[in-house]
Amino acid sequence: MTAQVGRSLPQLESEAKTSGSAKYIADLTLPRMLHGAVLQSPHAHARILGYDLREALAQPGVQAIVTGDDVQDAHRMGAFIKDEHAIAKGKVRYVGEAVAAVAAETEAIARHAARLIRVDYAELPAVLTPEAALAPGAPVIHEEFSSFFKVFDTGTDGNLCSRTSFATGDIARGWAESDRIFENHFETQPQAHLSLEPCGALADVDASGAVTLWSANQSVFRVQANVCESLGLPMARLRCLTPMIGAGFGNKMEPHVQPIVVLLALKARRPVKMILTREQDFEMVRARHPFKIRVKTGVKKDGTLVAREVDVLLDGGAFADDSPGVLGYSLLMSCGPYRIPHAHCHGRLAYTNRMRFGAMRGFGVPQVNFATESQLDEIADALGMDPLDLRRKNILREGDSWFGGQPLLSNGLAECIERVRAASDWSSPRARTAPSGKRRALGMSCAGHIGGLLSTGAIVRLLEDGTVALSTGAVDIGQGSNTVLTQMCAEALKVPASSVRINSPDTDGSPYNWGTTASRITFMTGRSVLGAAGEVERKIRQQAAEIFECAAEDIELLPGGKAALKGVPGKAVSFAEVSARAHWAFGGPIVGTHSWVFDQATVDPKRAVVVGLPFPRIGIFSFNATVVEVEVDDATGKTSVLRAWSACDVGRAINPRMVEGQIEGGFVQGMGYALVEELVWDGARLANPTLMDYKIPTFVEAPAEMHPIIVESHDPVGPYGAKSVGEIGINGVASAIANAVAAATGARIRGLPLTAERVLRATLGPGA
Amino acid sequence: MADRFATTLKINGQPQATTAALEDTLLTTLREGLGLTGAKRGCNQGVCGACTVLVDGRPMRSCLSLALGCADKDVVTIEGLSESRVTQALQKTFASTGAFQCGFCTPGMLVAATSLLMRNAAPSDGDVRKALSGQLCRCTGYFKIIEAVLAAAAELRSGRST
Repeated sequence: MTAQVGRSLPQLESEAKTSGSAKYIADLTLPRMLHGAVLQSPHAHARILGYDLREALAQPGVQAIVTGDDVQDAHRMGAFIKDEHAIAKGKVRYVGEAVAAVAAETEAIARHAARLIRVDYAELPAVLTPEAALAPGAPVIHEEFSSFFKVFDTGTDGNLCSRTSFATGDIARGWAESDRIFENHFETQPQAHLSLEPCGALADVDASGAVTLWSANQSVFRVQANVCESLGLPMARLRCLTPMIGAGFGNKMEPHVQPIVVLLALKARRPVKMILTREQDFEMVRARHPFKIRVKTGVKKDGTLVAREVDVLLDGGAFADDSPGVLGYSLLMSCGPYRIPHAHCHGRLAYTNRMRFGAMRGFGVPQVNFATESQLDEIADALGMDPLDLRRKNILREGDSWFGGQPLLSNGLAECIERVRAASDWSSPRARTAPSGKRRALGMSCAGHIGGLLSTGAIVRLLEDGTVALSTGAVDIGQGSNTVLTQMCAEALKVPASSVRINSPDTDGSPYNWGTTASRITFMTGRSVLGAAGEVERKIRQQAAEIFECAAEDIELLPGGKAALKGVPGKAVSFAEVSARAHWAFGGPIVGTHSWVFDQATVDPKRAVVVGLPFPRIGIFSFNATVVEVEVDDATGKTSVLRAWSACDVGRAINPRMVEGQIEGGFVQGMGYALVEELVWDGARLANPTLMDYKIPTFVEAPAEMHPIIVESHDPVGPYGAKSVGEIGINGVASAIANAVAAATGARIRGLPLTAERVLRATLGPGA
Repeated sequence: MADRFATTLKINGQPQATTAALEDTLLTTLREGLGLTGAKRGCNQGVCGACTVLVDGRPMRSCLSLALGCADKDVVTIEGLSESRVTQALQKTFASTGAFQCGFCTPGMLVAATSLLMRNAAPSDGDVRKALSGQLCRCTGYFKIIEAVLAAAAELRSGRST
């Protein structure tokens, strides 16, 4: 039997997804199902004085309406700070926030009725930028902030949602030892996740009042927690399930309309489904944080990095959501994968009257990476060094630890750099021959990312006939984790992947998993799969030992589902025989379980002073080096990526094609971020919440050549050596492109996106 | 609410009696009236392409086509392409190359790619990009989709030659 790990098995869901039979949230229906619609706030900041529901309730087909009056003030949800009700209560805090919701016999009736709801508002002054929010005397967005439950000490009040700082070494000494000091300001824009499937949910209430909830999600357990916290339900009364998921990129990790849909179903006592329109999905869910970043770096004449100071300011929007995590993580990553002995990184997160900003692929790293990697190229230019040589001189190497002292158990960064250097034929000067009217050049960047944090588990059961059932709480959001976890389980038990059935996550039956987020499923849940499969193997060997009357140590598993007496040909029993014996005679059904919470060494308090980091433990670093070749049109400023090389150290590729898919997909999403994507506000209102006005790359913009390069450093604690790949490939894309544009045009642009207009203005120089 | 009109649509080769309001799109009627949920609603604005079906053999946005306007037309959805040799070849190469991740854009992508290969048995990389440029995918970055379409075309050509 061929090894199951390291093989590019097609996705387990291939037939369902290519036949059109795969069922996503919008495809589900239940008998007597109602349809939901929301009314959104027209104001950025206003007190809700009252509701008039009479006209809406009088519409034929309307079965229930919910508002903030249907939720209790004390019931609030939030990943880090519990600041959010199921639906606006007392106040609205951004344009587009859900204020009321209707359940009706058809979607059209529900939408019509929602528009007939009258809400009496008293407008309040709004704060639309972090600077305005933090100014003295600014209107306060959450008056009760000090009383909110927080999972860490934010040390803040007013509109300052959280603050975090990291310090290592002695920054004053760092500046003193530096020959040159560079200081620049950078700014990044909000990006929409734009998973093609809009968010939605379907809730059903049984006769006892217990609720079953399907939704577009990245974690059935986070859905359960958010709904239960915001509605005051015991978790034992809410079962969360998952249909097929039309991608997430962070958008579906924390709540969207699930609490509202449950509230409607409880009130109507009928199943309710609500699917957001594309516009609502843009306006009501969440987006990537805009950052303002100051980076100051001290360097020796020979290019050795000595000191770094980073200061970031984040717009968190109206609710904290994952923002404190994004802030903390972006600072942890702000020295990049380099040796910088003296560093001080500090950041603030402000509440504003805009939509929530939250987790999006990269989780704060694409922003700080754009700033720090852009500045590294400026330093290289100033020192007359090749940017690749400058990076190679300073990278973390075997035995080094990450900023803050976290050990790196495996580190393939040097190989990543070498692989992209060789493949792209990198050399200075980086300008390349271009057709008339165009300029071409190469640019590069390096990045890191983690794959380990929080908790997960797995249950492996040997079924009566010797095939295997695998349960985890990990939602496959399209990246292929069902396939990868199945491959690992099959490898561990030496059976074909077709003998393993992976169960869909279900809060009633699956072991807890925090979420399909933070690039963590392969590493975290993979380890649990190996742990649970290992317990099943021990039990199989024990059964076989009893059959052969020998010691369990003398039994080994053979490929194809057999347990055999070592060194004695012909002495073997099938898993079916073992399982039948266990089920009917001795020992009981064979079940293996494993659960864990990330327990690897983390920030070392002797090496770093950390304030306000909301993760207790986080680690297992993956690495990336990216090179791009861009072409800039002299006349229009339009920038295209012609070729791209992205080398990722993923530890080990369990499924190489899927790893390539993550690298390629991350690259193009990062390219959109670098060149065109930007959510734009007209005053307090999102001005481009449609696919007509918010453009993402298409087949035409995708580079002519994309070279995903897999580097395998075999992590000693990773399952089969694997680390992570979900986010690492996006982190350095914007910076590599900005560096290439600078090399092609001589213009250094410190704000994203690098639109044609911005590039043209920069190339024409001041006054243009 | 709006009046509904009885109509018969020819869907996947079969006449289907249904009702639709004047403003109902073909997508709404397929998904909600006829239970054919393969075509997806990604934007409802004719941009993302996830709702693509064949109307009289040409790829169309079902979210921009009115159901009652399709009464005399031949509508084929992803469900109706299960016997198509071209679609089957594409389904196979989409799976083997990893041309989808979440799969939400895949039905529309396969319909558009089927239409391309029926018109052009030997498309270039550029032909594929142009023909599919109205189909958005946020997961794959498109490269493996191009690879899958070219591989299916090659397979179909070699099948013909034997």
